[in-house]
This record gives sequence, structure tokens and C-alpha cells, in this order.
Amino acid sequence: MVHQYKLGGYNIVLDICSGSVHAVDEVAYDIIAMFEQNDRDTVIAEMAKKYADREDMTAKDIEECYDDVVELKNRGKLFAPDTFEPMAGKLKEKTAGVVKALCLHIAHTCNLNCSYCFASQGKYHGDRAVMSFEVGKRALDFLIEHSGSRRNLEVDFFGGEPLMNFDVVKQLVVYARSIEKEKGKNFRFTLTTNGMLIDDDVIEFANKECHNVVLSLDGRREIHDRFRVDYAGKGSFDRIVPKFQELVAKRGGKDYYMRGTFTHANPDFLEDIKVMLDLGFTELSMEPVVCAEGDPAELTDADMEIVKQQYEQLADLMLQRDREERPFTFYHYMIDLTGGPCIYKRISGCGSGTEYMAVTPWGDLYPCHQFVGEEKFKLGSVFEGVTNPDVRDEFAACNVYARPACRDCWARLYCSGGCAANAYHATGSVTGIYEKGCELFRKRMECAIMVAVARALGGKK
Amino acid sequence: MKHIETLETRNLCDSAKNGGCGECQTSCQSACKTSCGIANQQCESK
Repeated sequence: MVHQYKLGGYNIVLDICSGSVHAVDEVAYDIIAMFEQNDRDTVIAEMAKKYADREDMTAKDIEECYDDVVELKNRGKLFAPDTFEPMAGKLKEKTAGVVKALCLHIAHTCNLNCSYCFASQGKYHGDRAVMSFEVGKRALDFLIEHSGSRRNLEVDFFGGEPLMNFDVVKQLVVYARSIEKEKGKNFRFTLTTNGMLIDDDVIEFANKECHNVVLSLDGRREIHDRFRVDYAGKGSFDRIVPKFQELVAKRGGKDYYMRGTFTHANPDFLEDIKVMLDLGFTELSMEPVVCAEGDPAELTDADMEIVKQQYEQLADLMLQRDREERPFTFYHYMIDLTGGPCIYKRISGCGSGTEYMAVTPWGDLYPCHQFVGEEKFKLGSVFEGVTNPDVRDEFAACNVYARPACRDCWARLYCSGGCAANAYHATGSVTGIYEKGCELFRKRMECAIMVAVARALGGKK
Repeated sequence: MKHIETLETRNLCDSAKNGGCGECQTSCQSACKTSCGIANQQCESK
């Protein structure tokens, strides 16, 4: 399968199954579009007609170009067939029972009252609760016990607001560090926080122990404070931004993300990105809101068009800032064309419910943080292990080829089938698709690859 | 090639022979948490 598009002044051709990316001129673009459905003579005649008034496009040029396309096809870099379906599920079979990442719901409570919160203000539609050290310790032991030969183990401190239970977070890290060497493991911790409780102690801890920190900021003050308010209804922007700035300044180059959400209130989210940049942050992520249909925060069809334009403008801004030697990172535009994931990863799905699970404050296991509170998806607990193998098997069977709608989608090897939770909430099935999410994902990928092309060609068009 | 510039990319077909170690980051862990993609992840064995 080939996907062609024009963006940022580039004609881009993606060969989906080989992973090849080509920047081509107009005639090559047109030849590739006709190639599979027509024979050589027809294509060349059509091109000769189309480019008849172009002095720089001789008959010889067109023939040469056609032969280049043939050569790329013969080298497996164009029109490569999809031979991966038999491998779907193999990685999960090979690693069946191996868990490598846990999302620890350290606190099902929050000191902010954001109405758009997918976790219902941190409570996940249940009672307020915090995780005890005993439950957390058992979760870490469970992870080690089920990690097989996997060395890198990921643990997210998540909520609600995890800093409302900071002492337990610290104790768990001390415990993990005390055993990781003897167990042959390397824990990578991430802290996701709204910033309200950041102080010197938190900054020192996060910058020493956390592989990554995710700092929730929606951008413009008025946008941020529209949703991210305390229980008195007061916006949090002015209280958290200085703390985030201090934490990032002292981070010493370690990973972090400013992570915002955009909603119907700010489909023009590029303005929020610019505010984050003006505040001195350079590692950025902005996500479309995940909410129930009909929620006032939901992106409308008109918003979707604005958002897609914003993604294109964001790509332009990135290239402009590159030229000004003030680069920044946008999480969804990070793409490593030479060092990205192997094909097993690309077809295996996100790993929720198999290699990745969420742990509630009382130790229950769910396929991921977005399923917590959906009782029928409860997998078991860190004490008893997986006691509901049907749910595990349902998620183990999730892969690109298990989703009928993905089969003809050019982006399937970039998204790996998408988010099971979004699919479930949109269609009632974890093997469905969330079409709005797909639409935005495809646009993001086109932009991300355009940026990669522009960088690789040094701006040459 | 005069009309086509091919970027250096990881050959996905070849990665079928040597991939699948599973050490890479879980897809939506550590960053977005609400929308999933794998294109922005690094291969741990490369």
C-alpha cells in the first residue's frame, strides 16, 4: 500500500509495508499514483500529455522517472506487499504472561476539579482512595514476578493526583531501587502531576528518580483556568506555572512533557503551544479531549477541521523554530524513521491488558488506566494475579489485523491499531475504532513525516 | 534518482527477522495516556 500527500511544499509518498518514505517531484508523484492500475505505455503517454508544456520535463525524463519507480518497486521500497498478518499476535504469544509496565493509581482523589477529567476528578466513578505502601509494594513485586527476562520496567505514578499520596510514592521508589539490581531490573518511573503540590522536596525527588515527568498545563491562562480549577472554582495557572518552570529548569535535560488537553473551548490549540513555548517549555504534548458523546467539551465537526489546520501550522512552526535554532518537541511529531519500532511492535497493538496494566488504590488490575471503574474489565488483583483470563485473552487478541477498519488504513503501522479504550467507548468493542481519533492521528502522522522529510532534506524542496 | 529522494528508514520487512525483543516502552505509558500510537517510540535494541 502506498499513501501520497502534499504538505509543506513537499510531495510525499509513503510505502506502508516497507516503511519507506520518498520525497518526489510532480511527475514521479503522478506516475506513482497511476502505476498499479495502468501499464507502462499508458502511464508514459498520460504524463507526456500532462507535462507537454513543461520544457524541463522531456519524454526521456518521464521514461527515466517511470524506470526509477520500477526500480524502487523491485528493491521493495514501493508497493511492498503486506506479508505481516501471519505474524500478528506472535509477539504477544512469545511473551504471553509477561508484564512490563504498570500504571499505579496512587491516589483516586484530586485537588483540582476539572470537569473534562476522563477519570471523573480522579475518582474513576468510584470512591476516593489512596494506595497504601503495602498495595504498592505488592504491585512492584507482581511486576517483577511477571516480567520474565524483561529488564526495563515502567511504572507510572498516576491518579487523580499522585502527589496527594507523595509519601507512598517515595517509599515505593526506595523499595524498587533496593531490589532492582539483585532482580536484574531497571525501573523507569514517571510522575504525572497537576503541579499543585510541587515543592522543593518533589522537585528533588522527581529530578533524581523519575525517568519522565508529565506536567499538566493546557496553555493560555484563560483556557487552562476554564477547566483546571480547584474546589473553590479558582484557576490553577498562576499557582502551578512557576513550580513547573522551576522543576524543568532543575531537571538537567531529563525527559519531561508539558501535557495539555484541548477541547471545544480551544480547537485553536496552537495558541496554547505558543504560550508554553513563551513560558520556556520545549517538550510539549497536546491531546484532544476524551469525553462522552454530547459532552460540552467534545470537539465538533467544525472543530475537527480547525484542529487539522492547527496541526499543519504546528508543523510549520516547528520548522521555523528549527531555522531560528530554537527547536522544540511535540510528542506526536516525534518520529524516528531509522530507529523506530520493529514490525512486531507495529502490528501488536498497545499492550494494554497484557504487558501493561493499571493498578487501583486497593490493588485491582485493569487493562489500562482508561478502563478503571469498568467492572467487567477487571482482570484480577496484584494479590491473586489475573483471575479473569477472558479479559486478558480479549486484549491479547487485539492487534492491527483484528480490527477490520484498520486493514485498509495507510496509518495502521504507525498507530498499531489505536487505543482500545477509545475504541470501546466509541463502539462498545475493544476491536472497534474511534473514527475521530483516527482522523486526527492520520493528520498528525502526515505532519510528523513532513517535518521529518524537511529536516532530512535540509529544507530543500 | 533525479525525481525521487528516498529517505533512510528502518526496513520493516527486515525488522521481522531481528525484531520482537519487547524491551521497548509500552505504547501510551509515560506521556499521552489518552491516544495511542507507536510511531513516536524508540527501538531499545537499535
